[in-house]
Parts: sequence; C-alpha cells; structure tokens
Amino acid sequence: MLTIGQYVRPASLDEAYALCQKKNNVVLGGMLWLKMQRRTVGTAIDLCDLGLDRIEETETEYRIGAMVPLRALEQHAGLAALTHGAMEEAVRHIVGVQFRNCATLGGSLWGRFGFSDVLTLLLALDATVVLHHAGALPLADFAALPRETRDILTHVRIPKAPRRVAYLSQRNISTDFPVLACALSEQNGQYACAIGARPMPAVRLADDKGLLAQGVTEESARAFAEDIAARVTFGSNMRASADYRREICKVLVRRAALALGEEG
Amino acid sequence: MEIKLTLNGKPVTASVDADTLLIDFVRDHGCYSVKRGCETANCGLCTVLMDGTPVLSCSVLAARAAGHHVQTLEGLQEEAADFVGFIADQGAEQCGFCNPGFVMNTVALLRENPDPTDDEIRAYLAGNLCRCSGYEGQLRGIRAYLDSRKGAQA
Ligand SMILES: Cc1cc2nc3c(=O)[nH]c(=O)nc-3n(C[C@H](O)[C@H](O)[C@H](O)COP(=O)(O)OP(=O)(O)OC[C@H]3O[C@@H](n4cnc5c(N)ncnc54)[C@H](O)[C@@H]3O)c2cc1C
Ligand code: FES
Ligand code: FES
Repeated sequence: MLTIGQYVRPASLDEAYALCQKKNNVVLGGMLWLKMQRRTVGTAIDLCDLGLDRIEETETEYRIGAMVPLRALEQHAGLAALTHGAMEEAVRHIVGVQFRNCATLGGSLWGRFGFSDVLTLLLALDATVVLHHAGALPLADFAALPRETRDILTHVRIPKAPRRVAYLSQRNISTDFPVLACALSEQNGQYACAIGARPMPAVRLADDKGLLAQGVTEESARAFAEDIAARVTFGSNMRASADYRREICKVLVRRAALALGEEG
Repeated sequence: MEIKLTLNGKPVTASVDADTLLIDFVRDHGCYSVKRGCETANCGLCTVLMDGTPVLSCSVLAARAAGHHVQTLEGLQEEAADFVGFIADQGAEQCGFCNPGFVMNTVALLRENPDPTDDEIRAYLAGNLCRCSGYEGQLRGIRAYLDSRKGAQA
C-alpha cells in the first residue's frame, strides 16, 4: 500500500523540482505503478497543474508533456501519421482504455521498465527526453542514468523527420506484459532496431553490417533478424525463457523489416 | 485536506487524507456500484468517469480528482438503462460482479464511438475482466442494442 503524508500540486516546475530533492518525496505520474508499491511517502508531488498534458507540434518536432496519458498518444493523428501507426500499436495492448487514460508518458519512461513498450518504440524514433534540471538528453542516455537521479521529466521530443517505422510485440495473453517488443525504423537508409522486454530494458541497435542496405527482401530481412537476435542479450523470467525470446526476436524483426519494405 | 468536486452532478466538499483513493471517496459518498476487483489496475471494476473520461478509481487519488466532475453508475442510470437490458437478455453474466465496470466503460465507448464494430467493442472493453463468462454474451448484448437502435432509426 502507498501511504502518503502530504499531497501538493506545485505551481511551478522549480517548486516541484525543489520538493523532489527530498528522498522521501515522490513525483506522481498516473500512479499506476507507484500504488503497487509498499511504501511510505512524505510528500506526493502532483504535476497536474503545470500544463504538461499537451502534445505540441512545431516545424521540426512533436513536444509531448510528461503528463500526457498513453491513450492520447494512441489517438493522436499526427503521431499516427509520423509513425505509420506504430504509436498506436505500441500502446494499444497495455491493459485497457481506462488504464491508458491514467498511465502517463513521464511515468512510463521514468520507471525505465524492462517490459516497456513505450521505451522500446521511442528508442527507435530517436526521441529526446527533457529533464527540468539536467536539460535535454537523448532517450538512450536518459535510460542509462542512475536510478537515484532526482529530477522532473517535463517533455519528450520526437523529431518530425520522415521515416518508416514498424512496431510489433508478442504477449502470452492479451493485456499482459509483452514477452518481447520490437521497434524498427529507417531514415535516409539508416536503420534503428530497438528490442524491449528481453526482459531487461530495451536496447537500440543499428544495421552495422549493412544487411538491409540493398533493400528489404525475404532473404535480407531474415539475415538482419538473425544478426539482431545474435547481438542482443536475452533473459528468462516466468513469462518466457531466453531461448524462446531469441526465437521470437528473429520472427518479429524479420516481420518488422518486411513491413518497412511494404511502407515503401 | 479539504477537496471540492462534483459527484454525479452535485457539488461535494469533503475532508480527505492525502492518500485517500477515489474509489474509497465515492463509496464513502454512497456510490456502492464502484467496487474493488483487483486493486492492481487490471480489472476495470472500479471504473468511473472523470470529466467524461473512464479512469480506474482504485488508482486515482481523491485529491487529484479535486476540481473535476466524477460520475459513477449511480449518476448514469438513464444512459445505462438503454443497453443493460440487452446484456441481461443474453444471459451474459453469472455472478454479475463485473457488471458495473462493464456498464461504465460501455457508456464511455458509446459516447466516443456511437457505432462501434465488434472488434472496436472488444478493444475498448479489453480492460474489463470477467471471471465467469467468456465475454461473448456481453458482446452479443451490446451488438443487439446497436442493431435495435439502427432498426429504430430505419
Ligand atoms: C498492471 C500493469 C500492467 C502494465 N502493462 C504494461 C505493458 O504491457 N506495457 C508497458 O509498456 N507498460 C505496462 N505497464 C506500465 C504502465 O504502462 C506505466 O508505464 C506505469 O504504470 C507508469 O506510469 P504512471 O504514469 O502510472 O507512473 P507512476 O506510477 O505515477 O510513476 C512511475 C515512476 O515514475 C516517477 N515519475 C512519474 N512521472 C514523473 C515525471 N514526470 N518526472 C519524474 N519522475 C516521474 C514516479 O515517481 C515513479 O517513480 C503496466 C503497469 C501496470 C501497473
Ligand atoms: S479494482 Fe481498479 S482495476 Fe481492478
Ligand atoms: S459475471 Fe462473474 S465476474 Fe463477470
């Protein structure tokens, strides 16, 4: 059970940041993960009055506030067009509509959960995370920050440069955590493949050997998938073994590459 | 701390603890249709509408709901009455425990998408778990309601 001493809605990010420096205080996202913890919190810092619930579009990027719920990402027409539907595909399997109305982008990334669909997709989209104190940093660098980091994630930026994207995940049963998640994107001939739910947090790999350089065919997609599966470290948990995940990885990466081929 | 919100159309001012959950708050105010199924954000039984959006009241602080409009099945009887009879006609449920969550989320679905396909219904209700039925009865009930509505319009 989550026990909270005090609830505060800061009026500024500076105030929220100052409050979150205290070890016993906690920032609230959608609270879905937090509330499953047995924990006594001094002050719960609710970011809901700071205007972080908006998806803004500029000439060059989408700027998504940390309090934007997953459901809004799923339904956003601009993000759907930019990602060829991958944004919706990445979140639509997460529990249910009511859940996705509550779960936030900020909470989903801050946790750097091994099973995260969101982290997996955004790694392949070259997203940037904006922290109130530490400033903007590539998502991969953010993911590597020490867990003790005390900051406020304010926004996520996704460049609008056109790219081809595909997202696929495998679940033992619908609405469960994924057994494996795969996001593949291509921009100017450069491929980025993110593999998540390994079950360790997602990693991002490039097509170092240029296996897709001559275009996507059944053969090149298969070779690329074999290469990615050989380079990624997998683990076992109650949902699947490392060996099973490696086999699934080959299938998902091959299918994702073929899907990019079809996007033209 | 003191909070003010609108519960089923009525303004409410109440004193709550910082960690009071919305589910406990609405039950303390007589809305017993809202129930705990899992408390791990998995089952949808505790669904309420916050500013018209379906959310899991087991995972929302009452303090966060301050300033918002909260609706439970107690406040949506008329809207729900339109289709619940069709679900009952299909014998869709056994124990019926999951029913309030299903009904609340179906209200939300039909407001958002008045003419959903079967797949859209399944996708929207995926976060409502039922331990007794196989979900087909609920789907048939909603489909029968939608078909009857189309028949009435024709
Ligand atoms: C039952 C269940 C099933 C799930 N299934 C999936 C799944 O299949 N796929 C998937 O990808 N995810 C899944 N998730 C994770 C979920 O989608 C969210 O990522 C998770 O609940 C965290 O989001 P939240 O908004 O609830 O954050 P919270 O629980 O509120 O916060 C999580 C952590 O982030 C911190 N935090 C939140 N916001 C900020 C911020 N702006 N700045 C700094 N720190 C912040 C909090 O202090 C806390 O430490 C599941 C979660 C649950 C509970
Ligand atoms: S009790 Fe809230 S989702 Fe199950
Ligand atoms: S009828 Fe028993 S849980 Fe649904």
